[in-house]
Amino acid sequence: MVTENLKAKVNNLNFYYGNTQVLKNNNLPIFEKKITALIGPSGCGKTTFLRCFNRMHDLYHNNRYEGEIILYPDNINIISPLIDPIEVRMRIGMVFQKPNPFPKSIYENIAFGLRIRGIKKKSIIDEVVEKTLKDAALWDDVRDRLHSPAFNLSGGQQQRLCIARALATNPEILLFDEPTSAIDPIATGKIEELMVELKKKVTIIIVTHNIHQAARIADYTAFMYLGEIIEFGPTEKIFTVPSDKRTELYISGKFG
Amino acid sequence: MKNQLGKIKENIIEMLLFLSAIFSIIITGSIVFILFYESIGFFKEVSIIEFLTGKEWTPLFANPKFGVLPLIAGTFLTTGIAISIALPLGLIAAIYLSEYATHRVREILKPVLEVLAAIPTVVYGYFALLFLTPLLQKFIPQISSFNALSPGIIMGIMIIPYVTSVSEDSMRAVPMHIREGSYAMGATRFQTAIKVIIPAAFSGIGAGFTLGISRAIGETMVVAIAAGMMPNFTLNPLEPVQTFTSYIVQVSLGDVPHGTLEYKTIFAAGVTLFLITLIFNIIGFWLKKRIIIRGVY
Repeated sequence: MVTENLKAKVNNLNFYYGNTQVLKNNNLPIFEKKITALIGPSGCGKTTFLRCFNRMHDLYHNNRYEGEIILYPDNINIISPLIDPIEVRMRIGMVFQKPNPFPKSIYENIAFGLRIRGIKKKSIIDEVVEKTLKDAALWDDVRDRLHSPAFNLSGGQQQRLCIARALATNPEILLFDEPTSAIDPIATGKIEELMVELKKKVTIIIVTHNIHQAARIADYTAFMYLGEIIEFGPTEKIFTVPSDKRTELYISGKFG
Repeated sequence: MKNQLGKIKENIIEMLLFLSAIFSIIITGSIVFILFYESIGFFKEVSIIEFLTGKEWTPLFANPKFGVLPLIAGTFLTTGIAISIALPLGLIAAIYLSEYATHRVREILKPVLEVLAAIPTVVYGYFALLFLTPLLQKFIPQISSFNALSPGIIMGIMIIPYVTSVSEDSMRAVPMHIREGSYAMGATRFQTAIKVIIPAAFSGIGAGFTLGISRAIGETMVVAIAAGMMPNFTLNPLEPVQTFTSYIVQVSLGDVPHGTLEYKTIFAAGVTLFLITLIFNIIGFWLKKRIIIRGVY
């Protein structure tokens, strides 16, 4: 654990929806090119926590962050009001709970991130489309119909397309918000394999309802309860010798 | 017994619903029937070729000419001016209301915009004639006091709420997680609106455009008042023109005897207008089917 590089560090993070405090004084290290899982019962604030990393809360009114999320190596606080959320989102990608491809072709879905960054050259876009579709293990399924609508894909394929879309712009961190909760078990297996493969290139933070999923793929796991991170550590330790009683109860399926 | 009563009640309700559904179809059918029936009489006396290719429309003169091209030109000219104002402005307003405005701003702006649609068209007509035309004359001295430009612009303003309202509804119906997907990629609001929301809401926006264009083609009062009632085969917006609708008004108001050829011209004009809007709607429908990517929400 000591030898890992820090990619980000959450310091005393509080978050409020209006006057309601949802996250309470959270601290968490995020290690580079590792998978960090956030687990905990519904409504514990895992998704809210995750969405701080790409400033998604800025889209809605009356939300307030306190504390800091330091992104390394530049040492900037990405939740500071002085930092443009668009800049943060350019560096930190996200895959959502429900596959949300744009109403465009498969090709254009992947090209989207490049186009909004001003890249127009077809040869570059072609290359990135092929590469990311291969990285997302989707290339063989779609190579013959790159220009057909993304909606024609199955749910699992759509989710892999969304992963490819996020990868196309080389994010430093990739956030996954329960990426397999709307997908069947076989497609889930493929996406889990994919995430393990992806951590060679990118730091991953995943929110999951499925504790077995966390046990299977995560290097580190944080257990959240009522807006607080109760316990954080290497996944094996959390799942074998949790130090907090609540973590133990949750993992053994006694509540949540 | 009770069960049977319920069944009868159920049948009566179904019958009533069916009748109200079929009612509008019957009315539309009868209108189309009468239009075609009356214009058959007209085309017995005037050849379709002369009607479609003639460049003069003077049915009420002693030596009548029945070329419909001036009415087509007048209608297309005023409609063209109107939609070149209404479609862009209406869409921009919809983008603003749906993607930029805060809840409070939208709650104030939307009803205000809809008031535009509640103003009687005759008021718009006089506004074009007595306010906008004199104003235009200051900048374009050669413009006639009756012209296509002024009512065209006013019609455009009049139609904006229709375009905006329908487009905005369909843009707001695009689910939030699609929007978030775009923002999460680092897109700005504008990029999200243009590249994601508009394509996703395309069918609704197309419906708004179709509605706006139909309103422009069918609009009567504004052009009758401010465009001059002069069948003029021109595409010059500074000259007076006459549209199908304002011609029909002109004849309906005058003392043309029932059953004469002059009387039948309004049905011929009506049929032509009907066919133009029909063709336009079919094209719109076809475009929609071709352009829309399937599976839109």
